Amino acid sequence: MRKLRAWLLRFKGLFFKEDQDFADELESHLQMHIDDNIRAGMSPHEARRMAVMKLGGVDQTKEAYRDRATIPLLESVVQDLRFTLRQLRKNPAFTFTATAMVALGIGASVAIFAFVDAALIKPLPYHNTSRLLFVTETTPEIPRAALSYPDYLDWKKLNRVFESLDIYNGRGYPLATPTGMEMIDGARVSAGFFRTLGVAPLLGRDFNEGEDLPNAPRTLMLSYASWQKRFGGKAEIVGQPITLDETPYTIIGVLPQNFHFAPVENAEFWTTINPTGGCFTRRSCHSLQGVARLKDGMSQEAALADVTRIAKDLEAQYPDSNHNQGATVAPLSEIIVGDVKPVLLLLLGGAGLLLLIACINVASLLLVRSETRRRELSVRRALGATRMRLIRQFVIEGLVIVAAGTLTGVLSSHWTMQILKGLIPTDMMAGMPYLNDLGLNPRVLIFALVIAVFATALFSLSPALRLTTLDVKEGMAEGSRGSAGKVWTRIGSKLVVLELTTAMVLLVGAGLLGKSFYRLLQVGAGFETKNLITMRVRAPLSAYSEDPQAVALQRRVVEEVKRLPGVTAVALADTLPLSFNGNTDWIRFVGRAFNGEHNEVNQRGVSSDYFTTLQANLLRGRMFSDAEDLGKPQVVVINQTLAKKYFPGEDPIGQRFGDLALDPKSIKEIIGIVDDIREGTLESEIWPAYYYSLNQQPDIGYSVVVRTIEAEQSLIPTIADTIRGIDSRISISSQTTMTARVNQAPTVYLRRSTTWLVGGFAAVALLLGVVGLYGVIAYSVSQRTREIGVRIALGAQRGMVYRLILREAGVLALAGIVIGSGCAILAASLMRKLLFGTPPWDITTLVCVAIVLGLSALLASFLPARRAASVDPISALRAE
Amino acid sequence: MSKTEIWQGTLALMILKTLDALGPLHGYGVARRIEQISGDRLSLNYGTLYPSLLKLEQEGWIVSEWGVSENNRKAKYYKLTRSGRKQLEREANEWNQTTAIVARFFAPMEEQS
Repeated sequence: MRKLRAWLLRFKGLFFKEDQDFADELESHLQMHIDDNIRAGMSPHEARRMAVMKLGGVDQTKEAYRDRATIPLLESVVQDLRFTLRQLRKNPAFTFTATAMVALGIGASVAIFAFVDAALIKPLPYHNTSRLLFVTETTPEIPRAALSYPDYLDWKKLNRVFESLDIYNGRGYPLATPTGMEMIDGARVSAGFFRTLGVAPLLGRDFNEGEDLPNAPRTLMLSYASWQKRFGGKAEIVGQPITLDETPYTIIGVLPQNFHFAPVENAEFWTTINPTGGCFTRRSCHSLQGVARLKDGMSQEAALADVTRIAKDLEAQYPDSNHNQGATVAPLSEIIVGDVKPVLLLLLGGAGLLLLIACINVASLLLVRSETRRRELSVRRALGATRMRLIRQFVIEGLVIVAAGTLTGVLSSHWTMQILKGLIPTDMMAGMPYLNDLGLNPRVLIFALVIAVFATALFSLSPALRLTTLDVKEGMAEGSRGSAGKVWTRIGSKLVVLELTTAMVLLVGAGLLGKSFYRLLQVGAGFETKNLITMRVRAPLSAYSEDPQAVALQRRVVEEVKRLPGVTAVALADTLPLSFNGNTDWIRFVGRAFNGEHNEVNQRGVSSDYFTTLQANLLRGRMFSDAEDLGKPQVVVINQTLAKKYFPGEDPIGQRFGDLALDPKSIKEIIGIVDDIREGTLESEIWPAYYYSLNQQPDIGYSVVVRTIEAEQSLIPTIADTIRGIDSRISISSQTTMTARVNQAPTVYLRRSTTWLVGGFAAVALLLGVVGLYGVIAYSVSQRTREIGVRIALGAQRGMVYRLILREAGVLALAGIVIGSGCAILAASLMRKLLFGTPPWDITTLVCVAIVLGLSALLASFLPARRAASVDPISALRAE
Repeated sequence: MSKTEIWQGTLALMILKTLDALGPLHGYGVARRIEQISGDRLSLNYGTLYPSLLKLEQEGWIVSEWGVSENNRKAKYYKLTRSGRKQLEREANEWNQTTAIVARFFAPMEEQS
């Protein structure tokens, strides 16, 4: 306690000097002693001399006192710090450049790391997430196919590896809102779903076992956001009834605020799956995803082996429906984070390279500075400063620059994060709920701190290493050049090659991503995406449960919307193009051998005007006519891929296919072949697909596709009102345009933003690398002024001087480009997954980047070369 | 323990004892008193006293205050605090014990065998 008090007082002494007080005390001490000595008979002069001698020297005493009043080691550190700050203030251009570079590097890295942290490091809001698996079936075509309900029940019963296995799927619920009926995102789960995740409700209770049986009373849990937004956050809401989709539910609980489950995006209403009829009774109807908690001691591999065993058994037992139906498991966290992981890691890598280049640049700036301070250091060394003391000076300088840079960088990264987050489209954000609490949390700050420590080490070590070669005598000699300058040029040029290499890697990366993005946009959708409005419509089942009623409504929607001014064509589709490959059917061809194989093809229900509205390209045969409806023989249009795959060298028109049993009701005749319309994302392959007429198999939920003359956006509310005008119970959602769907599709968005970010990193890296090259060449020229002067005096032509300097720069740039190309190809192979239609060794990109880098390097070295060529030999020789 | 540490410890004890015996006193007075008591066998640089005084003050055993000396000189007076007095007692005890133990080692040899 006492010791601590003493240390604190000494620490205080570092900053609040009381030297004067002690000087007074010593003076009074001496006076008293002198008085005594005089009284003892000494002369005043003698008295003073004796008193000072007895004291042991005034300055020695003061020094001993100061050592005790402060902390000597820290005292000199504070001195160094003051000296450093003075030095940095005197050199604002250097200080600003160095700090800005560090801030840039650290700001970019920290901002990207915060995203990485939010997506990959921060624990998900479930209990012991590492034990949670995503479990589904798989087919040769679809690596992660859904589970069917009967299969799920068997898997649940027969598995030996899971503590529990539950299922979910997303669905929309129509809800009356002040603006009319709307589709609200929701999810259906089996009763144990939240217990498997380890999530307890904030209010009310969880689903009980048995509440997911067909006849159980319907119950519902609210997401926190929904509870706040739609029910004012009132606790009394628990126990209240609510009617959704003409079914009464009881609200039984509210989920915690931090709960999210990305696969169902912003699901507001969570209900149980109460399997009744239809899809739930068929083993071939796959609509559910599984979530399981592993038993203690069970591994993911064991789980995969176990579910695969069950799938095999079921395949043997039900060869029709379960042919080729395998099983797959994956960590749940992987499913939740999804495609973002490689992108984030790529960006982190890019930011890291940028940080590296910024640090190297600052390090070489510091080296140049240490070079110009050779004399100062030599003098200090000669005056007795230890090597440690001088090294400490550099460490403190590095520390000050890094501290200022880190502070600025971290603060600006906070804004950067918010801006980047704001740029993410809402629809996409819904799939990434874990990004919501993005920010400077302790993990991110520790990351910043670690970088700062490394940067400090780099900045203080490089000049400190130079100290070892410092020759005091030589350093003090006026204007001496000697070997030291050459040493620096050597280190400096290595650093520049490293910088140029890094810049090359980033530029090639950005180039490849840009080219991939361009290639992706070149991919044809198979239809005209401009001037198309789309929205999802759902009619109440009770009013349109009979097929004729549903067909009548479909026709009416098309007619009424078509009548609007500015609308040229209207069509309906159960699934919009550019959504996903899936919603498949297994088809069997009439009159062909059949061995139980599953010919899996996309199946799409469309209205008769669909292909004309999309402006898709009919290759053969004809389109649907509106008169082909209920009761008429079923007809389908197939895409080109289906024709090529199943009718090679044959004319498909007039051919027929049906379901696996060739049930007469399922037989359809092919009437036309349409050029491939992209049903999945732009980067996925095209699957075989057939289109049937909604007039023959009507639905109560579909998307309306409207072709407009122009100004598509403004028509959206009019169209929605027109449809609601037909029946106010119709709910409408996802009102958007096809262009927006294309641009905001996650894959397109991710590519575009990655390309821009990496491109930005690369541009800055190029700038920094070229500035670094300029620095080295300019320094080298200043070192060689005398030599150049002599050469010119001896008759060298200006052109020769240019060549001399440009060759020096050219060698460095070439080294950077060659090494960089190698590294870039390596780096690009690591990100091969993110490339599209572009090989990692894409020669065009490499050549373009090399040219850009080469030209920039030429420009950077041209300025010093011109200065060298214009050296006046007389003044150059005299200056020495 | 190095020689200086022992010396500093003893010096601190002497300072505390001096302030205990004579009441508030300035540095010069303390130095003179220590020399006197030692019968001039201890010749110390007066300057070494001041870091010790500062240390004692930092640890809270003594406090200082500017005052006027008997010869009308401005001087800084040091005074024992209450905790300083207790500390003195403790250290005096320790000192006595230590010297007693050490003394036994140097007692006549016959008693040991």
